[in-house]
Parts: sequence; structure tokens; C-alpha cells
Amino acid sequence: MYLKAGNNQLLFKYHSIAQYHQDLLTGTTSCVEAVQHYLQQIDARRHLNAYVNTYGGEALKRAAELDASRKAGKPTGKLHGVVIALKDVIAYKDHPLTAASKILEGFNPVFNATAVDRLLAEEAIIIGHTNCDEFAMGSTNENSSYGKVLNALDETRVPGGSSGGSAVAVQAGLCMVSLGSDTGGSVRQPADFCGVVGLKPTYGRISRHGLIAYASSFDQIGIFAANVPDVALVLEVIAGPDDFDSTGALQPVDAYSNLTPLPAKPLRIAYFKEALESPALDNEIRQSILEFAAKLQADGHTVAPVEFEYLDFIVPAYYILTTAEASSNLSRYDGVKYGHRNLAKNNSLTDFYCATRSEGFGWEVKRRIMLGTFVLSAGYYDAYFTKAQQVRKLLVDKINLIFSQFDTILLPTAPSTAFRIGEKTEDPISMYLADIFTVFSNLTGIPTISIPLFWHSNGMPYGVQIMTNQFSELYLLQLSQLWMQQFRHAG
Amino acid sequence: MEVNDALVQNLANLARLQFNDQEKEIIKNDLQRMIQFVDKLNELNTEGVEPLLHMTDAINVLREDEVKGSISREEALKNAPDSDGTFFKVPKVIKKQD
Repeated sequence: MYLKAGNNQLLFKYHSIAQYHQDLLTGTTSCVEAVQHYLQQIDARRHLNAYVNTYGGEALKRAAELDASRKAGKPTGKLHGVVIALKDVIAYKDHPLTAASKILEGFNPVFNATAVDRLLAEEAIIIGHTNCDEFAMGSTNENSSYGKVLNALDETRVPGGSSGGSAVAVQAGLCMVSLGSDTGGSVRQPADFCGVVGLKPTYGRISRHGLIAYASSFDQIGIFAANVPDVALVLEVIAGPDDFDSTGALQPVDAYSNLTPLPAKPLRIAYFKEALESPALDNEIRQSILEFAAKLQADGHTVAPVEFEYLDFIVPAYYILTTAEASSNLSRYDGVKYGHRNLAKNNSLTDFYCATRSEGFGWEVKRRIMLGTFVLSAGYYDAYFTKAQQVRKLLVDKINLIFSQFDTILLPTAPSTAFRIGEKTEDPISMYLADIFTVFSNLTGIPTISIPLFWHSNGMPYGVQIMTNQFSELYLLQLSQLWMQQFRHAG
Repeated sequence: MEVNDALVQNLANLARLQFNDQEKEIIKNDLQRMIQFVDKLNELNTEGVEPLLHMTDAINVLREDEVKGSISREEALKNAPDSDGTFFKVPKVIKKQD
């Protein structure tokens, strides 16, 4: 859609993929104009530090080819001309990929992530890679070899993390949709802090092939967008089994983009009593969610608190298991096959590995590798790693019990709105505790979305998480769409 | 659980990381706090609970034994800091006898 500005410049305005596709068909815009618009915006807002690499030339070229193909009457892909950004942990063949770490400097993947292959097959345009916390470890996006990312709504605040750049790219209108990765909330929490929609699908719903591994039994690619239908369409394209990921789910992919309204029947909605009573939760956020629950109840739904006695244990269990998996996954960075290499003379191969890895990894990554090595080491394995796996089993049993009685669970996404820059950098424990409401979904594998329903009196947006049972993404998206239409507060 | 210098040294060696004296103090302190934090799990009784090992029901995912999905040698070596076109090269590490 176009508006004439005073200086006669055409302004591209983005609403949704569906609207954009309609405008392409009626000829009121083109893929080239869309890409030009985003490149201008990215340039004008470079100080946000949302992107680490942009691919303007080839994006424009691909846009021109798509325009020509469409005008020649050829059939168009589901994501025809949709301008997409990728978190710097998702492989795009022959384009730099670093996980915001010095240890991967100069690395160019030799294959596409399966998700990227599927985006491209449906004619999406990849415009660049976005900034993130190093190896997706962090909740503020201050922990990147490219420097911190700023929240576009208040530049003294962080965008959240670890997929902060992908969240800001959508928030600030620097792309149409973006992909991130979510190991413990790294899509939902920045979506919450930035006022956009963020989905973490069921574990295994989207192939992890070509996603740089952090904690393999937790990692999922997630989607950021300005609205639910955009998320649904992108999920429909990238979800599904993949020969290259044996942990990928074999369940058939629903037509997620077909968001037919849910039948008007009373829902059984749960919330965790202990979470809403938590002293760490901002009072305004607590009130909004309780009011939201009251409105749902007034609409005839059953809304009930459930006991969640494990709240204090989920973050410790999460950090034991993820750091253990990370210490194993990150052992591949050895200065031999790719990435950074220490060039000094070393006395042994071990010294060479130590020197290379110590130069390449940042502090938070080292800290987590050390904790992960500890919990896996002889003498401590059973007391920490096995114990955390037992806790994970209790959590899965708990979630199965809840979903035998309820359709969905509501939970705040984060205990507060976006932190001030620097607020959480000193104390690792306070940063880890900020993940308290998000890690549960990764521990249990269930799909969860954060939708931006609310505004705080401090001027920042925040959302609510909606959780549903394994592989019920269609239902989750239908609910989200309904509640976004009914309850979203104007900013 | 007390984190001492010997534990830090052992973990650093296992993880192939090195820390200078100043960093050693910081990592020791960080580890102490992180371990104290995760020690919270001791308060939970998990006796008789089977540890969760797999996130999906599919334990063995088999496929036909066909050659596919590999990358060429050139591609495999493309990102290496050093190679001779056939092998990855590591720095010479044979220690001279004093």
C-alpha cells in the first residue's frame, strides 16, 4: 500500500503478507519497491544494530526476478516476495554465519538450513542476518561480538534476547517477518519486550538442520511477525519432517494459515497460581493478566488456577541440562575445521585448542561451558545431570496432567517489561531468573506463543504466553488470532 | 559444594579453555554462584523417577542406506583455517626434546 509523502517520495507501508500479496496483484506495489523500502529503513536505523549482515544487491535482484515472473503470469509461491531476516544462527548458503561469536569469524555455510530452503522454495527474499546473543546464550542481546541491540521503542532499553535483532527487525519495520531460535525463551521474551508476536513451535516441528546447536533437546526455530496470520503462514512453509533431522517430528503439518474462527464453545483455561503470585512479577503485569483472565471468565470460559509446585526448580533444571548440552555441542569449535584459529606457537595440540577457544568464545559462553562440563563430569553427573533429567520427567508428567484437564495455559512472558541496558549484565543469576516463565515450554517441548496484548504505564509493551498441547499449533494460532482481535490494547 | 582452584583447573582442562589468574578468580566465583543456584534441585524428591532422555517418542529413526546428503571435499575444506586440499591441517605440535 502506498501513501504520497510531502517530498513526493513513495512510502511503502506494511500490514500483512495477505495485504502485500493483494497489492502486488493489483500492481500498487512491487517486490523491488518493498526491498528498496526495507534497505532504506535498515540504513536509516543502523544504530539499532539489529542486523549484522544485509544482502541488498542480491535481494533486489531476486525481487526483480520475482516481479518479472509474476507479471509474466507464472504461479506465485506462498511467500512470494516476502522480505525475511534470519537470526545469525541459521545457515544461508555462502553467506556469513557467526552466532555473534568471534570463534566463527569468516565462516560461510556450504548448505542452507532446511527452514531457509523451504522459505526460498516459496519465493521469500532473505534480506540479512540479525544480531543475537553469542551462541543464543543471553536474555538481553548485550552479549554479542557485534555489540548490543537497542529496543526501537526506547533506546535506553534492551530488546531482550537472545534473538534481539530478529525482534527489533520486525518491531522497527526493517523486514516483514524474521526467524529466531528459542532454547529457553529466546523468541518469546524479545517478542514480549518489543511488542511483536513470537512463536516457539513444538520441539521437532521445524527441522533443526542448519541451525547452530546450543542445546539440542531444547532448540527450536521460532517466528517473529507483526500479526498471527503471518506467523501461521511462515510456519506452514517451514514446518515438517526432514531427512536431515532425525529428531524432527513426523506428524503431518496442518494448514496453519487457514485460521478459521474457533467454534464458540467454552474453553478450559489454566494459569499457574504460583507464577502469578511470584514476588518477582511486576504488579501491573500481574493485574493485566488477572483482568484478562476475568474477562475470559465473563465470556463464559472456565479459568482456573492450577498448583505448580515446581516453579522454583525449572530454571535450575534448565541451566543444568542446557549447559551440559552446550558444553558438548560447542566442543566442535577447535580451530581446525572452520572459524577462528590461534596463530601463536603452541607446545601441544591441547594448548592450541585451549588458546583458540579462549580467544574465540565470550565470557557468558565460557561460563556456561564450564558449568556444563561440571554437571557432566565424573562424580557430579548423577547428582546434577541425572537429577535434572528426573525433574524434566516430572515436568512432562505435570504438563500431560494439566492438558488432560485444560485446553490451554496462560502465563506472563517475562516478569517485567524490557530491562534498561546494563541492568542485568553483572549478575548471572538475576539474568537467568528472567527466563522463569519461558523455559518451561522448552523443558516440556510444548508449543507456546507470546502475543503483545498490553502496554505498561512505563510506555513499554508486554504480552502474555499461550501454551497448548504438543503439535496443536493450529489451535494455538487460532486462539491467538481470536484474542489478538478481542483484547489487544492500542498503543 | 565448594568450588576450589583445583576444580576450576580440572574443568578448564576438560573444556579446553584457559583462564589467566584474574579470570580464574572470576570464573571460580561465577561457578560457585551458579552451582549454588542449581543445588536448589536437592530440595526436590525425585526418588524412583525415570530420567527423561528423549524429547520425542521416536527412538530409532532409520532411513534407506543410500549415499546422499554429503558435501564434497572441496566444500568440507572451504572454511578450514588451513588445509592442503585433501586434509585439514593443524599446527605442528611435536614437542622438541630439551
